[in-house]
Amino acid sequence: MSTGQESVGSSAKKGVVADLIFFNLTRFFAILVLLLLGGTMASLLIGSWPSIQKFGWGFLWSGEWNPPMEQFGAMIPIYGTLVTSLVALLIAVPVSFGIALFLTELAPTWMKRPLGIAIELLAGIPSIVYGMWGLLVFTPIFSAYVQPALAATLGQVPIIGGLFSGAFLGISILCASIVLAIMIIPFIASVMRDVFDVTPAMLKESAYGLGATTWEVVWRIVLPYTKVGVIGGIMLGLGRALGETMAVTFLIGNVNVFAGFSLFLPGNSIASALANEFAEAESEIYTSSLIELGLILFFITFVILSLSKLMLLHMSRQQGRSS
Amino acid sequence: MKFKLLNKIVATALTGVVVSFSVQAASVTGAGATFPAPIYGKWADAYQKATKNQINYQSIGSGGGIKQVEAKTVDFGASDMPLKAEDLEKKGLVQFPAVIGGEVIAYNLPGIKSAEMRLTGSVLADIYLGKIVKWNDKALVDLNPKLNLPDQAIAVVRRADGSGTTFLFTNYLSKVSPEWKTKVGEGTAVQWPVGLGGKGNEGVSAFVQKIPGSIGYVEYAYAKQGKMSYALLQNAAGNYPLPDDTTFKAAAAGADWTKSAFAEILTNQAGKDSWPITGATFILMQKVADKPEQSLEALKFFDWSFKNGDQMALDLDYVPLPDSLVKLIHATWANVKDSSGKAVWTGK
Repeated sequence: MSTGQESVGSSAKKGVVADLIFFNLTRFFAILVLLLLGGTMASLLIGSWPSIQKFGWGFLWSGEWNPPMEQFGAMIPIYGTLVTSLVALLIAVPVSFGIALFLTELAPTWMKRPLGIAIELLAGIPSIVYGMWGLLVFTPIFSAYVQPALAATLGQVPIIGGLFSGAFLGISILCASIVLAIMIIPFIASVMRDVFDVTPAMLKESAYGLGATTWEVVWRIVLPYTKVGVIGGIMLGLGRALGETMAVTFLIGNVNVFAGFSLFLPGNSIASALANEFAEAESEIYTSSLIELGLILFFITFVILSLSKLMLLHMSRQQGRSS
Repeated sequence: MKFKLLNKIVATALTGVVVSFSVQAASVTGAGATFPAPIYGKWADAYQKATKNQINYQSIGSGGGIKQVEAKTVDFGASDMPLKAEDLEKKGLVQFPAVIGGEVIAYNLPGIKSAEMRLTGSVLADIYLGKIVKWNDKALVDLNPKLNLPDQAIAVVRRADGSGTTFLFTNYLSKVSPEWKTKVGEGTAVQWPVGLGGKGNEGVSAFVQKIPGSIGYVEYAYAKQGKMSYALLQNAAGNYPLPDDTTFKAAAAGADWTKSAFAEILTNQAGKDSWPITGATFILMQKVADKPEQSLEALKFFDWSFKNGDQMALDLDYVPLPDSLVKLIHATWANVKDSSGKAVWTGK
C-alpha cells in the first residue's frame, strides 16, 4: 500500500519536473519567434537608416528610381505590390469559395478526395515554375486572346474602362495578378474547405430539415459559423501574394515608370525589385534603399494582418450584441 | 613534392573519407558575377580533374562578389564592372581580367533575318531613349534602304535585374550618345526611359522571342543558342562587323591594358573589325593575403586556366585573353603579398 503511494508520489514529482522543462522549452520557442521578429525589424531599420536619413518620408511617394544618380523612391513598387495583390484577391476569393463549396457541399463523395488532393498539390508547385509557365505559356495566350477580349468588353465600360486600355504586350500588372491568383487559390480554397468541413452536421441538417436550399445553408449557416477561418484563409493568400517574388518578377515587366492606372501597363513590385537588384547593388545608398523597400513590405504585411485581426474582433463583438 | 607523393599514397591506400579530406585541404572559394559563371565552372571542373584541387565558385552577382572579397569571406571575387584604380587602392584589392565576351542586339521582326539589319550607336540610343518608336522611322530606313521595315511600334526590352550586361550596354550608349550620357548614364541598373524589363539574359531572350517588333540586348551565347536574329552594329571605325569571337577578340586586341590597373572597358574600341559592345570580366583579390596559401591556390587555378582553358572558353562562346595580356596579368600578381610583404605568386 505504502509503496504504491510512494511510487505515485515520485512519478508525480517526475511529472512536475518534466512539466517544468516542457513549459520552459515551449516558452523558449514562443519567445524565439518574437526575438526573430524583433531582430528582423531591427536589422531592416539599421540597414535602411542611410536611405531613411537621405530621403525621409519623401521616399514613400517619390516615383524616382535612378541608381546612377542615386535617387530612390518607393511609390511605384508599393503601388504595384498593392494592386497585384488586390486584383489577385478579387479573382482568387470567389473562385476559392466556389471550389470549397463544391468540395464540401455538392461534390459526390468519390470526387472529394482526388479533387482535394489535386488542389493541395497545386500549392506545392514552386513559384519559379509558375513564373516560367506564365512567361512562356500564359503570356502569349494572354496577349493574343485575353487582352483584346477584355479591351473590347470591360474596356468599353465607363469609369473602369481605363483599367483595360493600352497595348496588348502580355507582360503587365494584370498578367502578374492573374498568375498570382492561380498561385494563391489553393491556399485559400484548402483553408476554406477545411473550415467548411468543421461546421457541425447537426446545424446544416436542421437547416435542410427546415427546407433551406443549399445556397441558404451555405450563406446563413456555414459562412457565419466559419467566417473567422475564411478570413484567415484569405489573409494567408494575401500574405503570400504580397510577398511573392519569382512569378511576379517574370511577368510584371519591372518598369519603374508610372504611366497611368491601366492594368495592361507593366509595373514593378517590392519583392520583385529586391530580387532583381539586390545582388548587383553596389553603393551604400542603393543597398540601403532596397532594404527600406523590404522594411515597407514588412510594414504593409503587419498593417494588413492587424487590420484583419481588428475586423475579426469587431465582428465577434457585433455578434455578441445581436444574440 | 614529398608531401604530394605522401598524399597520393594516403589517398589510394585509405578510404574515400581521407580522399575527400585531402581534396578539401586545397579548396578555394570565389564568388561574384553571373556572366562568367559557366566558364569558371567548366575550368574548375577540368582543373579538379587535372590537379585534384577544388575551386568553388558561387555566382551571386558582381555587387555581391565585390562585397564578399572586401569582407574576406572568399579567396577571390568576380565582377563584370572593373573597379577604378583609386577604388582598388582604397579597398586594398588587386584586379585582373579573366575572360572576354560580347553582347548583341537581338530583334524580332518577321521577314527580316539575322545580320540583315544595320544599326548605329546613336540610333540604338534613340530607340532606348524612346525617341525612335517605330520600325519604319526615317533613321532606320536610311540605314537599311534594302529592308522592308514595317510600320510597327518598337517594343524595347532590357534587363530588369542589375547586371554587368546592362553596365556594358549603358556604358556603350553613354560613349556614343551625349544625350544618353546626361539623361540616363551608365550602371548595372539605370532609370530606363522606356522598355520592358526581363529577368536575366533568359528573360530578355524570352521577351524578344515572344513579342513581335521587339529589340533587346543579350549576351552573344544566348542569341546564338536561341537562334535569335541580331543586328550589325556600326563600330568606331565606321564598319558594320558581324558579332562573333573574331570581332570580340579584335576589340580586346586594340585596348591598352597597361594603364589604370586593367580598368579597361572594351566598348566602342577603335579597329576596323572591333565589335562595339565587348567587355572583359574581372577577378578581384585582396592585396594583402589573409591566407597566402589560399590566394596562391586561386592564382594557380587562373594560371592553369589561362594555359589550358582557351578551347573551353571558345566552346562556351567566350573569348580567351590574348597572350600579351596574360603576361601583363602575371606581372600584376606580384602585388598579391602575404602579411610579411612577400609576394605570394612565385611564378610556378
